[in-house]
Amino acid sequence: RMLKKFDKKDEESGGGSNPFQHLEKSAVLQEARVFNETPINPRKCAHILTKILYLINQGEHLGTTEATEAFFAMTKLFQSNDPTLRRMCYLTIKEMSCIAEDVIIVTSSLTKDMTGKEDNYRGPAVRALCQITDSTMLQAIERYMKQAIVDKVPSVSSSALVSSLHLLKCSFDMVKRWVNEAQEAASSDNIMVQYHALGLLYHVRKNDRLAVNKMISKFTRHGLKSPFAYCMMIRVASKQLEEEDGSRDSPLFDFIESCLRNKHEMVVYEAASAIVNLPGCSAKELAPAVSVLQLFCSSPKAALRYAAVRTLNKVAMKHPSAVTACNLDLENLVTDSNRSIATLAITTLLKTGSESSIDRLMKQISSFMSEISDEFKVVVVQAISALCQKYPRKHAVLMNFLFTMLREEGGFEYKRAIVDCIISIIEENSESKETGLSHLCEFIEDCEFTVLATRILHLLGQEGPKTNNPSKYIRFIYNRVVLEHEEVRAGAVSALAKFGAQNEEMLPSILVLLKRCVMDDDNEVRDRATFYLNVLEQKQKALNAGYILNGLTVSIPGLERALQQYTLEPSEKPFDLKSVPLATTPMAEQRPESTPITSAKQPEKVAATRQEIFQEQLAAVPDFQGLGPLFKSSPEPVALTESETEYVVHCTKHVFTEHMVFQFDCTNTLNDRTLENVTVYLEPTEAYEVLCYVPARSLPYNQPGTCYTLVALPKEDPTAVACTFSCMMKFTVKDCDPTTGEMDEEGYEDEYVLEDLEVSVADHIQKVMKVNFEAAWDEVGDEFEKEETFTLSTIKTLEEAVGNIVKFLGMHACERSDKVPDNKNTHTLLLAGVFRGGHDILIRSRLLLLDTVTMQVTARSSEELPVDIILASVG
Amino acid sequence: MEAVILEPSLYTVKAILILDNDGDRLFAKYYDDTYPSVKEQKAFEKNIFNKTHRTDSEIALLEGLTVVYKSSIDLYFYVIGSSYENELMLMAVLNCLFDSLSQMLRKNVEKRALLENMEGLFLAVDEIVDGGVILESDPQQVVHRVALRGEDVPLTEQTVSQVLQSAKEQIKWSLLR
Repeated sequence: RMLKKFDKKDEESGGGSNPFQHLEKSAVLQEARVFNETPINPRKCAHILTKILYLINQGEHLGTTEATEAFFAMTKLFQSNDPTLRRMCYLTIKEMSCIAEDVIIVTSSLTKDMTGKEDNYRGPAVRALCQITDSTMLQAIERYMKQAIVDKVPSVSSSALVSSLHLLKCSFDMVKRWVNEAQEAASSDNIMVQYHALGLLYHVRKNDRLAVNKMISKFTRHGLKSPFAYCMMIRVASKQLEEEDGSRDSPLFDFIESCLRNKHEMVVYEAASAIVNLPGCSAKELAPAVSVLQLFCSSPKAALRYAAVRTLNKVAMKHPSAVTACNLDLENLVTDSNRSIATLAITTLLKTGSESSIDRLMKQISSFMSEISDEFKVVVVQAISALCQKYPRKHAVLMNFLFTMLREEGGFEYKRAIVDCIISIIEENSESKETGLSHLCEFIEDCEFTVLATRILHLLGQEGPKTNNPSKYIRFIYNRVVLEHEEVRAGAVSALAKFGAQNEEMLPSILVLLKRCVMDDDNEVRDRATFYLNVLEQKQKALNAGYILNGLTVSIPGLERALQQYTLEPSEKPFDLKSVPLATTPMAEQRPESTPITSAKQPEKVAATRQEIFQEQLAAVPDFQGLGPLFKSSPEPVALTESETEYVVHCTKHVFTEHMVFQFDCTNTLNDRTLENVTVYLEPTEAYEVLCYVPARSLPYNQPGTCYTLVALPKEDPTAVACTFSCMMKFTVKDCDPTTGEMDEEGYEDEYVLEDLEVSVADHIQKVMKVNFEAAWDEVGDEFEKEETFTLSTIKTLEEAVGNIVKFLGMHACERSDKVPDNKNTHTLLLAGVFRGGHDILIRSRLLLLDTVTMQVTARSSEELPVDIILASVG
Repeated sequence: MEAVILEPSLYTVKAILILDNDGDRLFAKYYDDTYPSVKEQKAFEKNIFNKTHRTDSEIALLEGLTVVYKSSIDLYFYVIGSSYENELMLMAVLNCLFDSLSQMLRKNVEKRALLENMEGLFLAVDEIVDGGVILESDPQQVVHRVALRGEDVPLTEQTVSQVLQSAKEQIKWSLLR
């Protein structure tokens, strides 16, 4: 006799082996009327509750009314003292807490059980009670919760702690008051209680760095009992370390490292994984972690082998040499019956092994490619991608492998990874371009993924015209127009136009093909065809460059908003494209980087960009009316204070046509004072003029606030844009009581010196991508062209020169000219950007390496000022 | 694959599943919104079953999640967590669930026995994971808290203290009746 046996009848009539198989919701709820019978039949009632839970578990939907009815009937079962029945009631309460109404009527029954004598009831009763309690009712049971947290029965204490953790989401301030009890529980001998208590303490204190540090040192000094608690503390420590910018002399790092010698594998693995994931770890720091992972590679437990090899794979991405010592162990895993482990072992070996082992490993992996999940196929593709960069000579072998994979079955993520990889090979190795393109042509002949088809068509339009025999691609592209649905057809039309724009011999036939597309059923396809046809018929290079080869550089959502605004306020003036904010990342680069395999389930949302959010915030400040459109916001806030000081200030620079707004995000880390009327005073070295300060009204402890300073750009000498500002934060201090938050009426003035703030040329330029630089260069023309030669005396290599120039000017390096080929002593860097006010600025910089680097800069723009500013700043 | 330092958290388990040998759900508990609708859950279960039921590989990465699993006769047990989660922690949950059931079902871990003891299963899972937090990882404790009558658990499986505890329990209950 176990809990109970089901009726014989159930078993027979069920026919199959599942007595729950043919349950009808209405019939089961009907049965629940039995709950009202006296005396209560515990077995029967528990069985009915089981059936209800089973139905909910199967995904059956219960309506509010029927659930509420069953719930109220169930409350009567509290009269029975049958333990199983009571426990099933708790489960039912939890399951129904969000379906039925008025579930709080069981509060008193649960409170009674929670404080009663029956230990087996108390823990589950606490958990059920907290599930139905909201923040207003929590007050009434606060006393019991505090008692339960420190209860000597582990299941009660654990239940109370875990429930408190759940309650943090809606009643943070109440649960915060229970830290003393949690602190006491953290010293418990029971491993789970300790784990839960530490977890709760951390969640309550996580915004207080100092308290977290104290907690780590306190609980790690004497060692912990629970391996789970160790894992938790390792995570907390590594998060603190990361925020401290990872000094390895920290006791936090020592703690993590000491965990490599823990007796529990779980803890050792957590520590090794934490060290591997710390940013900027050196090979030496990695070594002890790598050696424990090496040991795990020969564990009889598959999960441990898997965890170890997956972590080693991560190490190999950045420090392949640190993993070479494990090559033998990894070789043993190549034939592991768990294909995930085998795949990870092979891809790790591909990163650490020698060039000569590639062929063998690739052969091995292709023997079971069909058995592994798409996630790991993506891992394989990523490994190939890395190999291609490391051993360019191997690209032919690897490309073939990729083409085979491309032809086989697979989901979107997998196929996208392959296409990404092929495209990057094509871009790196010009000799592989033609083979690559023709394979991709073949792939789109039968490709079910629209996104990939359009990407490849875009690539064909971009690269095809520059090949030796461009006409051979036309057939593949035009086939798409004939056979595919509208999105792909539209992409194909654009690709065709690009061939026509760059290749005069092909133009007549392209025009014929485009004329056919003008009759298309779809608006977009028809519009594109008509537009391109008209542009191409003008036979003007500048038009081709501006409208076909180099597309729009503005932000699409920004354009949509500006156009809407324009239609709302009719005006005589034509719409000015320069008033539209630029795309912060150039359009063609908006494709995601090689996606980590774990992000497969993220929905792709079109979120408002950071700059659009700023634009809205700034527009809401009355002092900033009439500044015009926001041109650029600096990509990363600059810290103007050390991270551990009383006040933390970060600055973001916003550039408008004739003004700049400095946004200061300030945090007050002192809990005994509130700052009021906070401003940041600026003292510029150049002729910038401070126009106004917008203060942050109040900065209470730990609540970030923002103040702004508005400046006008220099008018006398408009080229003097690079400038240093000394900064001083001024404010009124009001002392307050850290515990009650009560604040003194009277305050006093105070100030605080911040680090200097730099404004550079790059702040005034937005990078844009010109897919076809030559065409853009011709389009801008030489009206305002200027040229100068400079010597970069401190720079010793071309790579360094290129890197410095790109960073200094903040422009986009086009046509991959930021890659300097090996063994060359000359190089041409092509840069494109848009200057504040919306003027294209292009730079061609010829570099010559002798002992030092000599640089000849030619700059073009549609205005004179940007050219002057660039040359003045470089000099 | 970028190195990611996770927000330290006690929320470890995303789901616990038990499927039969046709891949049909016998038990499923999802602890977060990774699969918000029944339809998405069933699709995930189908995928998981197809990828795992022919192998005894113990661990896999599916739909960006780490899945540890174990089968017994006509039952398939799964514990699912984030792909950044410590695999051994998920394994600890799986082992605890399996060992608890194995004790409760007197080593007879198969579909029919499980269905005849659904209460035991519901209660055991409730003791092992609460809202995604590992509540208990020791099967002895779980079996004890689920409060099966002591006579059902073979003595050899129990520690001395457990035996004493369950004896006390039995006396207490016989008095309560």
